[in-house]
Amino acid sequence: MDDASAMVELDGVRRTFGSVVAVDALSLRVPPGSVTVLLGPNGAGKTTVVRLLTGALAAHGGHVRVFGLDPSGREGTTVRRRSGVVPARPALYDRLTGYDNLRYGAQLFEVPADRIDERIVDAAERFGIREALAARVGGYSTGMRARLALARAVLHDPDLLLLDEPTAGLDPESARAVLGLIDELAARGKAVLMCTHLLLEAEGLADEVVVLDRGRTLVAGSPEQLTHRFWPAARVLLDAEDPALLDRARDLSFVCAYDRNGTATVELTDPSRVADLVDALVGAGARLRRVEPQTPTLEQLYFAIRQRAGT
Amino acid sequence: MTSRALVIARTDLRQLRQSRDFWLPLAIIAGLFFVVLPGILLLLITHVSDVRLVKQLSDLVGSLPKQLRTRVKGASGPAQASYALAVYLFAPLAIIVPLTVSSAVGANTVIGERERGSGEFLAHSPASEREIYVGKLIASLVPGYLAAAVGFACYSLVVNLTVGPKVGGWFFPTRNWWILVVWVLPPFIALAMAVILAISAKVSSAAAAQQASALVTLPLILIAYAVASGTLFRAEIVAFVIGALAWVAATFALLRGSRAVQRERLLGMGG
Repeated sequence: MDDASAMVELDGVRRTFGSVVAVDALSLRVPPGSVTVLLGPNGAGKTTVVRLLTGALAAHGGHVRVFGLDPSGREGTTVRRRSGVVPARPALYDRLTGYDNLRYGAQLFEVPADRIDERIVDAAERFGIREALAARVGGYSTGMRARLALARAVLHDPDLLLLDEPTAGLDPESARAVLGLIDELAARGKAVLMCTHLLLEAEGLADEVVVLDRGRTLVAGSPEQLTHRFWPAARVLLDAEDPALLDRARDLSFVCAYDRNGTATVELTDPSRVADLVDALVGAGARLRRVEPQTPTLEQLYFAIRQRAGT
Repeated sequence: MTSRALVIARTDLRQLRQSRDFWLPLAIIAGLFFVVLPGILLLLITHVSDVRLVKQLSDLVGSLPKQLRTRVKGASGPAQASYALAVYLFAPLAIIVPLTVSSAVGANTVIGERERGSGEFLAHSPASEREIYVGKLIASLVPGYLAAAVGFACYSLVVNLTVGPKVGGWFFPTRNWWILVVWVLPPFIALAMAVILAISAKVSSAAAAQQASALVTLPLILIAYAVASGTLFRAEIVAFVIGALAWVAATFALLRGSRAVQRERLLGMGG
């Protein structure tokens, strides 16, 4: 990754709250057009990272740079104006209408006055809350509140979007809208950093995964790199007209693990040996109905990583 | 800077306007102090016919300083007494009500953001800590100044309608009242707000902010009462000096107070 072009750069960052170390020796790069997912259990330090990036919290050690600027210093205003944040709690004003909440956001983030209404309508339509704009937010459902917070976060077309558990408590439709937004923003060259402990929502989105534990980076890399590192065996699912014939695979030299329970799961020493496996089974008379090389889910990877780390 | 501070102030005031359960009791208190109580009291005094009471009211005027006695209008004892009450003795109203209104709003303003969770939005916004402070300050001052202006207008009307006919026509506001309301009262409200906003930014709950604010505003009200009385009882130059000193103190307090608003505190951290 080219450091010069990174929108977010954390280098050895440390932040404590009294005697509690929230983030320690954290280094991270987020380039434009990418989605970085911070994975970790509650208390891993994910929210603190978001707050450090906007300058809402100052680091106690190391360096934080966003767009090449120090967010906790004088340049913080510029950093925050170019960033959109969806906090874990939507942080809305219940006594105001949805429209007033959005207008407040637009004005604070310096959306040109003559474009505010247009942006509000666009964002509200996108997240399916246009009809509710005139209603007070106090009467919104959890899903609507989350959608409104999302709409507010993107009103000013931020270059960096920071999402802290964005789909927590959301209905499937709202969650899908969030994931769609992330995909679209990354495709438009924006940088997205998402914190989550829900592995499924990071699946397929993440360009880079950072697994945090007690404020420290357990491991970081692209899903492919992590797969290669923590899931070295190639796994193949097999099914045949006569499943018993699949048991021949157990004797092959390049098979390191075999299990059959209905379908058979075979682990190979080398992913390139899938064709050899198929050849051998066909040669033994098996009529194969299914040959499915498997990549691990993020969830499987996550637990493999944590198991390896002994946490 | 100004525009973001104004956006914050406008939004806070809009929320306040939507909160009828919050402003209605304050409006009732203002109505009681500026209209109902003075109106009833002055009406009773101007229409009193009990000889003993008339004498007591004349004694009341007699107890005023000599230079004030000469300024009291009205031919009869009750008329003079009602004039003296309206011009000299109800002065604290102009202080107590606006201070109460502003402190009620101000005490809740920063801690309210934390309690509702909306402080996180402000903490991540481009608004600087000073802009947030100024926005919150304006949103706290405006209701107090509005209460002072509307209350003063209503009080003037009540006084002129009840006492005016007995003392030869409309006479209120007097010059010293103008000085009090325009020059002396504003810095006192600002001074109180500087302290209350600092408290609101530091405490852990709105209830604690209200209690601490009450403790702070009570002595301020007493000082303001004395100053208001002094403003009305003494020469105009003294009133100007008192006002000027109050402005200096308010400016100093506001500059120091702006340090109380910090992003960490908006997130619910720090103390």
